Amino acid sequence: MNGSQALWTSLKKEGTKHIFGLPGGSVIPLCDEMLNHDLRFILARHEQGAAHMADGYARASGNVGVCLATSGPGATNLVTGIASANIDSSPVVAICGQVARELIGTDAFQEVDIIGVSASVTKYNIQARSAAEVPYAVKSAFHIANTGRRGAVLIDLPKDVTTEKMDVEFPETISFRGYRPVYEPDRREVEWAATLLARANKPVIIAGGGIISSGASSELVALSEYLMAPTATSLMGKGAFPADHPLSLGLCGMHGTYAANTMVPEADVLLIVGARLSDRTTGAISSFAPNAKIIHVDIDRSEIDKNVETVTRVVGDAKNSLQKILRHLNILRSNTATNEYWRKKCQELREVNGVSKTNGDYLKAPEVIKTLRRVLPRDSIVTTEVGQCQMWAALHYDAYLPRSFMTSGGLGTMGWGFPASIGAKTARPEAPVVDIAGDGSFGMTENNLATSVKEHLPVIVLILNNGMLGMVAQWQRLFYNHRYSAVKLERTPDFVKLAEAYGAEGVRVESYKDLETTLNRAIKSDVATVIDVPIDPEENVLPIVPPGMGLKDALMEA
Amino acid sequence: MANQNIIAFLVEDKPGVLFNISNMFRRRGFNINSISVGGAEDHVSRITITIEAEGRALNQVVEQLDKMVDVIEVKRLDQLRTVVRELMLVKLRTVDPMAREEALIHINSYHGLILDIEPESVIAEVTGEPEKLDNFLEQVKSIGVEEMSRTGITALERGRLKLKRSE
Repeated sequence: MNGSQALWTSLKKEGTKHIFGLPGGSVIPLCDEMLNHDLRFILARHEQGAAHMADGYARASGNVGVCLATSGPGATNLVTGIASANIDSSPVVAICGQVARELIGTDAFQEVDIIGVSASVTKYNIQARSAAEVPYAVKSAFHIANTGRRGAVLIDLPKDVTTEKMDVEFPETISFRGYRPVYEPDRREVEWAATLLARANKPVIIAGGGIISSGASSELVALSEYLMAPTATSLMGKGAFPADHPLSLGLCGMHGTYAANTMVPEADVLLIVGARLSDRTTGAISSFAPNAKIIHVDIDRSEIDKNVETVTRVVGDAKNSLQKILRHLNILRSNTATNEYWRKKCQELREVNGVSKTNGDYLKAPEVIKTLRRVLPRDSIVTTEVGQCQMWAALHYDAYLPRSFMTSGGLGTMGWGFPASIGAKTARPEAPVVDIAGDGSFGMTENNLATSVKEHLPVIVLILNNGMLGMVAQWQRLFYNHRYSAVKLERTPDFVKLAEAYGAEGVRVESYKDLETTLNRAIKSDVATVIDVPIDPEENVLPIVPPGMGLKDALMEA
Repeated sequence: MANQNIIAFLVEDKPGVLFNISNMFRRRGFNINSISVGGAEDHVSRITITIEAEGRALNQVVEQLDKMVDVIEVKRLDQLRTVVRELMLVKLRTVDPMAREEALIHINSYHGLILDIEPESVIAEVTGEPEKLDNFLEQVKSIGVEEMSRTGITALERGRLKLKRSE
């Protein structure tokens, strides 16, 4: 068996059905052999798109997403996509071609040291140095990508390894002496966490992406209800806790809701589950939760006490940990009736919204997003681009289910949402999939319209079009004396014509009613629909916590 | 060694591992004072670093190392229960016979070894805790140090303590 056969056979054994990618010189043998295997190859038009598709696929399905690129520029083009997936703990395996072994280190044509380049943005990377190593590389990559705190793993495959014939074995399992993720929390940690929670008068929970990753939403709801603890989410945690639950506070952080950003700093016990507490979630650390005993539950021990000092930790899988905390709370029989005042406060604060001044008859971004929510079935998938569109979506799109809202949270990659939506549609073809976009972000990866049309993956792109790099423009308005620098896009393409040029549908919408009609039609369409919604270039995303300030210092009007 | 902390860890002995570790230190902004690496048994290398960090920052160094796939065991060593050694080679300028005489006295009093004698220089090997090496250098400074090389510390815990957890 040669290395290419070993690769595809190994992927098949891992359950891979879809590969997103773009070929090139060093992967021609791989692509040739692929024809003999029952796999669907989705042809991207730029490797970055392929990586985001694999990422979107992984987030929508919970299974490993796989992307393929050639050596050199193909591999480096993947890097943004790999970094986006890895920082958001999304299981992606990237397969890169490489020049033949004897040429490695000679600066050969399309040679790049992708192992070195990708080291900082992957969970692990592996170069297969012989055909016999290929099945071990694949097994290792899937194992590491999809266990513990999930992430991206890169496999580097020299061209002559893919053609080399050897006796090949396929390992059933693999283990690493230095890699043993902890799923079961320590009993004492659980008991101490439960004891602190039982004593809390003003408990608050912040749920992160770890809840979604471990499938712990029902445990989270149960714990929140047991403690009567208002529950906020980080950006990555959106969908972990149903937005229409009475204890839902919504997003916490720089663009968090008034409710979340008021109640988190007032908590006396703050339970953080599966969130890594980035600066965008905490605001100024000193005023994040100054009076709270902080309990941090995470599968990645290194996240605990990294940014925020905790009183106690629970290292383990979110689902296991929450189950055990709940069980121990039941043993303690804590009395939660005193929390009625706290629950009422949650309800009241939820009514307060940020308000942006706007000009003209433009549709308002928050209303556009609420209209989208009304039209979409409950189990639809929304992806977002990055910037204002992303934060409007985070604030105003109510996500009810895990894996129904996906965004590039950690890296904040503009251009992520559209290819990710194609990946999500591949994983769940029956679900409507909408990318909430801005005109700036969409421009970065719009060429994936070709993939969407060719591969019959009809997604919807909803562009909040303000002709600006909107978030930077907002900062310049609010924090730089209204001096615009390098943010006016001015001659953005006509997105309706652009969509049509790719064989997709393009519609410009200037009323909420038209938006509803268009969305309803787009959901049923068998090609992608690009909906261009002009909005006021001066509209701000509010609330916003000014940089360096605490959660309670959010601007509510501007 | 007062505010220096020692971390010892075992890693897979395979290509790229040292790169990944130093890359992680660079990326996280951890500043290493010394690092020594050597083979151990069973395709494992043992690395000893010293670092000026305390509290949560020190904890992060240990946790980030522990998180790496190719790092098998990590431990912060308690200096009161650890034997620490560093090896140093020093080339002293000894053109003047008086200087040579003085050099030999110092080398002897530090239990050093003479590895090479040339008409104009001697090379001494001195082993000990880093402070001892510092002191030796201070003593021979006036003679003239042509060149020197220090290995960085290596360390083992006393008695029953050991890095590798029993399975």
